[in-house]
Amino acid sequence: MTLIRTTYNRRSFLKASTAAGGGMVLGFSWLASCTPTEAEIKSMPEAWFDINAFLKIGDNGIVTIMSPNPEIGQNVKTSMPMIIAEELDVSWDDVIVEQAPLDTQKYKRQLAGGSQSIRQGWQSLRMAGATARRMLLEAAAKQWEVSVDELTTSEGVIKHEASGQSIGYGEVASAAAGLEVPEEVPLKDPKDFKIIGTDRKNVDGPKIVTGEPLFGIDVQEEGMLIAMIEHPPAFGMKMKSLDASAAKGMPGIKDVITVNTAVEDRQWSDTNAFTELVAVVGNTTWEVMQAKKALKIEWETDTAAESTDGHDKELDRLLGQATKKAARKDGNPDAAFKNAAQVIERTYAAPFLAHNTMEPMNFFANVKEDSAELLGPIQTPEFLSKSVSSILGIDEEKIAIGMTRMGGGFGRRLYGHFGVEAAVISQKVKAPVKLVYTREDDMTQGTYRPDYKVTYRAALDADNNLIGFHIRGAGTNGSPVFANRYPAGAVENYLVENHNKESNISTGAWRAPRSNFIAFAEQSFLDEVAEAAGKDPIEFRLELFDKAADKPVGERNDYDAARYAGVLKLVKEKSGWGKETSGVFRGVSAYFCHNSYVAQVVDVVMENNAPKVQKVWCAVDCGIVVNPMAALNQIEGGIVDGIGHAMYSALSFKDGQPEQNNFHTYRLIRHPEAPLSIETHFVDNGIDPTGLGEPSLPPIAAALANAISKATGERLYQQPFITDKAMLG
Amino acid sequence: MAIFNLTINGEKHQVDVAPETPMLWVLRDHVKLVGTKFGCGIGQCGACTIHLDGVAARSCSMPISGVADQKITTIEGLSKKADHPLQEAWIEHDVPQCGYCQAGQIMNAASLLESNPNPTDAEIDAAMNGNICRCGTYVRIKAAIKTAAAKMS
Ligand code: FES
Ligand code: FES
Repeated sequence: MTLIRTTYNRRSFLKASTAAGGGMVLGFSWLASCTPTEAEIKSMPEAWFDINAFLKIGDNGIVTIMSPNPEIGQNVKTSMPMIIAEELDVSWDDVIVEQAPLDTQKYKRQLAGGSQSIRQGWQSLRMAGATARRMLLEAAAKQWEVSVDELTTSEGVIKHEASGQSIGYGEVASAAAGLEVPEEVPLKDPKDFKIIGTDRKNVDGPKIVTGEPLFGIDVQEEGMLIAMIEHPPAFGMKMKSLDASAAKGMPGIKDVITVNTAVEDRQWSDTNAFTELVAVVGNTTWEVMQAKKALKIEWETDTAAESTDGHDKELDRLLGQATKKAARKDGNPDAAFKNAAQVIERTYAAPFLAHNTMEPMNFFANVKEDSAELLGPIQTPEFLSKSVSSILGIDEEKIAIGMTRMGGGFGRRLYGHFGVEAAVISQKVKAPVKLVYTREDDMTQGTYRPDYKVTYRAALDADNNLIGFHIRGAGTNGSPVFANRYPAGAVENYLVENHNKESNISTGAWRAPRSNFIAFAEQSFLDEVAEAAGKDPIEFRLELFDKAADKPVGERNDYDAARYAGVLKLVKEKSGWGKETSGVFRGVSAYFCHNSYVAQVVDVVMENNAPKVQKVWCAVDCGIVVNPMAALNQIEGGIVDGIGHAMYSALSFKDGQPEQNNFHTYRLIRHPEAPLSIETHFVDNGIDPTGLGEPSLPPIAAALANAISKATGERLYQQPFITDKAMLG
Repeated sequence: MAIFNLTINGEKHQVDVAPETPMLWVLRDHVKLVGTKFGCGIGQCGACTIHLDGVAARSCSMPISGVADQKITTIEGLSKKADHPLQEAWIEHDVPQCGYCQAGQIMNAASLLESNPNPTDAEIDAAMNGNICRCGTYVRIKAAIKTAAAKMS
């Protein structure tokens, strides 16, 4: 048992019911309109007692736990409350989970991004549960006039062994709520965990399978209008003139307006290429869609009209030249390459990608004279609040932001311009509006995964030792290369160079930013180098880890070589690496990102000259696994996502215009292309949990490419692997 | 605008909309049944799948004028108590990630099992090909369909 100091500010302990003194309280009927699940109806208490910002306890022992972070499908709405329930020591069956509104004074980091929710919430969630438990114990001790140390808890019941007395949390909740917050509280020893480490089903599962309203696009409010925007058809263009007369006269249309959504006090999340927009506002979605088509808009060129061809040439040009300054340099790379017995050089490339969350961008806003309520799918509610405050000229204290469940995020909903747009439109038309993007709006106004190219060079000596390594990367709005990641630290002479190509095409974080490409290049390249050195690809990688562990080169290596090697060894063992099955081709890959380690082995067969993934073995070290069933879902999703985008997906540009705008031309992975099975093994090491939403995606493309090259005899250097333009019907 | 009489999940509804209005938006905006989702609007993703007389249809590409007196079933009406074997299997396998595509997946799978109670892997792949899951829950969806099929037979 460890003691930790509680670090709450006073505000965290204000009763939820009196919180109106600070921030705004959301008044949405929609949030409460969903029919309660059976568990919720089961036994509603007569009275709730707020113990702290994260939880309240009913007089019957039912506990409501607030889930602080946005839910994008990474399942934090289940796993974060599990951590609180663990330390509180209640039965999971007695827990009701609610999505907390934005209030960073109470909940601190309310952001979905970088696979950090659990990692960064770990201590504060445990503390919230442990503090509440301690206060309940103190209340019982007072009542029985015994020492707290004589009391134990189990599943929401406090016991006093000596006297045989016991009492439920609900019965002392009222007294506990009035107590001082303890300065120190004990945390459980992980070996005593009863909820953490067990399979708990998605708390929204019953609502999802019955079609209850959960998502931003489902929001319905009294008097609400539907809004849609029209943005320039190409990056680098802006509006010249608008003739909305036909559109305005169409049935159900209330207004057509132009809006400027450029935020003066810009947050990093205000990435957005188009800020001068036309907004159509009307009664129903279909009517607004029709009016949008009837807009007559002239566009004009503002800045350069970029194309994929031009990007390719520019990235090639950059790869052909040295950078002024190295991002990392160890030893004497020049000499190593000069003295090498063998030099291997390969260049890898990948296109722009759209996020394509299944739920298109949308947001609800109700802006009044001096206050605003917003509700919708957002990964960065705190930044949205600041941006909306800045653009509306309304104090942040008077802006309430509610978070709906999100139909996918993948980084797209870090950039909240759609929330800003909804707010500006609502302010202008003086009505509550729900802004909805069509798929075409969504795909052609992205914060795309940038296009990337990278050249790898390896120098081998006569004994096939890796003596030199050189990476030169180039990408739109930044290079994809991490200077201090593997194999940095394992090679004496090492050089990293990063080129940046500026562009007016808006780019941003896309699930496992940069890693989603660079892992493919790095792990494909190392496979080829191993082959050139005549070594087994796993043994070759392990030798490098040994070097990095025993005699690391440089000091800034940002990975733990032993944990990295650990997942590779685990996947080697579980997959039975080395055994050959006729007609089945194997590839391996390992990667570290978001503080977690993943290694994968893929089995591919060829069907009608196309690769088909049969099975994926996956070894993961992400420390303690909070909810294994959900963790597996994330791992599987990342693998399918990674296979899909590596194989099929691309967004290309012609004269600034995206050439794909919906799923008939932008191809996503579908049922028949998914692996037949995925077998995942977690390293059990008791270390505090690290990221899980992203780390399984990056390595899979290389494992797949390495397997395919075994089958076809040809290495893959360019994503997507399948460029057949034939589309699915 | 025109008046249409519809039977949705066994209940009668009357709406006054333009005849070309897709059923997707009739359901979502007029009848306020929002379980049926908008994903692409062009029949490519399956998020909007409903049943017309028990057979899966893409409601985004189905104008209300073409529905006539066919009985409409949406995810909200697939079962009375969330106890369709597919809904139960979905929970058992903890299929959803973001959950957005899942109503469409379930409705499409229900139609598949109606016509083919014991589908092979290849038949599931073929029938579900039009339903995209951006979160990549395909492996679990297949497992859940098989569980439901076993239960129903
Ligand atoms: S919304 Fe109908 S198929 Fe995509
Ligand atoms: S669960 Fe997110 S799209 Fe399928």
